[in-house]
Amino acid sequence: MKYLLLKHYRGAPEAVNDVPMDQWTPDEIEDHLQYMADFATRLEGTGEYVDGQALSPEGTFVRYDGEGRPPVTDGPFAETKDLIAGWMVIDVDSYDRAVALAGELSAAPGAGGKPIHEWLELRPFLTAPPTVTE
Amino acid sequence: MDDLLLRELTPAVIGVLVRRGVDFATAEDAVQEALIQAALTWPDRQPADPKGWLVTVAWRKFLDAHRSEAARRAREQRVETEPPPGPTESADDTLHLFFLCAHPSLTPASAVALTLRAVGGLTTRQIAQAYLVPEATMAQRISRAKRTVSGVRFTETGDLATVRRVLYLVFNEGYTGDVDLAAEAIRLTRQLASLTDSEATEDEETAGLLALMLLHHARRAARTRRDGRLVPLAEQDRTRWDTGLVAEGVDILQTALARDRLGEFQAQAAIAALHADALRAQETDWVQIVGWYDELLRLTGSPVVQLNRAVAIGEADGAQAGLAALATVDPGLPRWSAASAYLHEKAGDLETAARLYADAARSAPNLAERDHLTRQAARLNHPPRG
Repeated sequence: MKYLLLKHYRGAPEAVNDVPMDQWTPDEIEDHLQYMADFATRLEGTGEYVDGQALSPEGTFVRYDGEGRPPVTDGPFAETKDLIAGWMVIDVDSYDRAVALAGELSAAPGAGGKPIHEWLELRPFLTAPPTVTE
Repeated sequence: MDDLLLRELTPAVIGVLVRRGVDFATAEDAVQEALIQAALTWPDRQPADPKGWLVTVAWRKFLDAHRSEAARRAREQRVETEPPPGPTESADDTLHLFFLCAHPSLTPASAVALTLRAVGGLTTRQIAQAYLVPEATMAQRISRAKRTVSGVRFTETGDLATVRRVLYLVFNEGYTGDVDLAAEAIRLTRQLASLTDSEATEDEETAGLLALMLLHHARRAARTRRDGRLVPLAEQDRTRWDTGLVAEGVDILQTALARDRLGEFQAQAAIAALHADALRAQETDWVQIVGWYDELLRLTGSPVVQLNRAVAIGEADGAQAGLAALATVDPGLPRWSAASAYLHEKAGDLETAARLYADAARSAPNLAERDHLTRQAARLNHPPRG
């Protein structure tokens, strides 16, 4: 079963080691990025990795504005409550395994080389419908 | 080129290499390489003896791999180019492969992947596409699975129940992609049934599983609309059911049931066969279906069976009886709200039904069901004006 591990810039409860990344030392950043890369490589090795992407914090809202008119764009909104930073998709055998992996990812090192303990959002994918239903 | 022929030969060719003394993981790799080479060269000229060709090429791939490994270790080459003497194949090879690929030490996802590759002859890329994961991930999943079973003797007799469970997963939870996993599951189950039936094992449950698959596969064309929408059983156009598959499924099931050793797949197939018997939904013999659910409950004790049984009781004895049966089932169960919504609507309590359909949509495990349940709620909330 597939799960999305969602990382927030904003909108998640506050992390334990909540120092913004731009205040880390270069070595701390390197260690953090290496941890993330190693984590993805290890999951590929266990046959559980599906996808991982990061998003720019800059975003624009877009909506339809009626026939023959160009779409309206707005933003970015500084006050938006929830801001997604990126995600990882995993394919695992159980919910417990997904929780364990999210816990490990949340232990990525941050300021002072200490785990960030950041909150990751874990969301199951909707699957294909089963064939046998009755 | 005959892709199916290639895949049918796969387990036998692995068996030949294993009997020549090659370990399973290495043999499987060598055969997979031979399959890829066949896919490249056979379209131009298919060999007269396809199996002999595959054995020769796979054996050469094994020797190449072994030589380069031996060279790396700067060891004296001891392997001769001629295969060692000894039995070259056995009818049991394919059965042993089934056991190995569904070994209880494997997780379900790993057993599924290994079975599709080593017994089904699918490539890693095809399996990865079918399950919507990257090819590198699937390659690792398969090689880990092979490491996990590396200590298991190839000729070890395994548990047919775990093999059936793996095939059922391929059939029931297969995604739809280029590879038709439902058809592949049927092909492999047919193969398994022919192997276990030819021995004196009297394997009614594999026959039951095959019947179950055929009876459900028969409804495939009627089950979804062109846009992917689910069509509930009661609303399906039954003229689009494949009568050939139904007849075959019923025939296999009757032979199995006659041996009087009931199992859960036979009971499930019996329920599917009763649906298939009804030319119109109103003609369904729900009383008999409830009887089979009673058997199924006795065999499995499963709460999911209890839930489906409550719905069947609602059809056989009326909505109130169904709701009474449902009241004894854990409301935390997936699809409980959907079943309750259906029975409430049947009982005439449309308001409660609409609320429950909306609840059920929120917790639906897949998109097609969610959309279906959302439409049900909308239908009750906005009755057509007459």
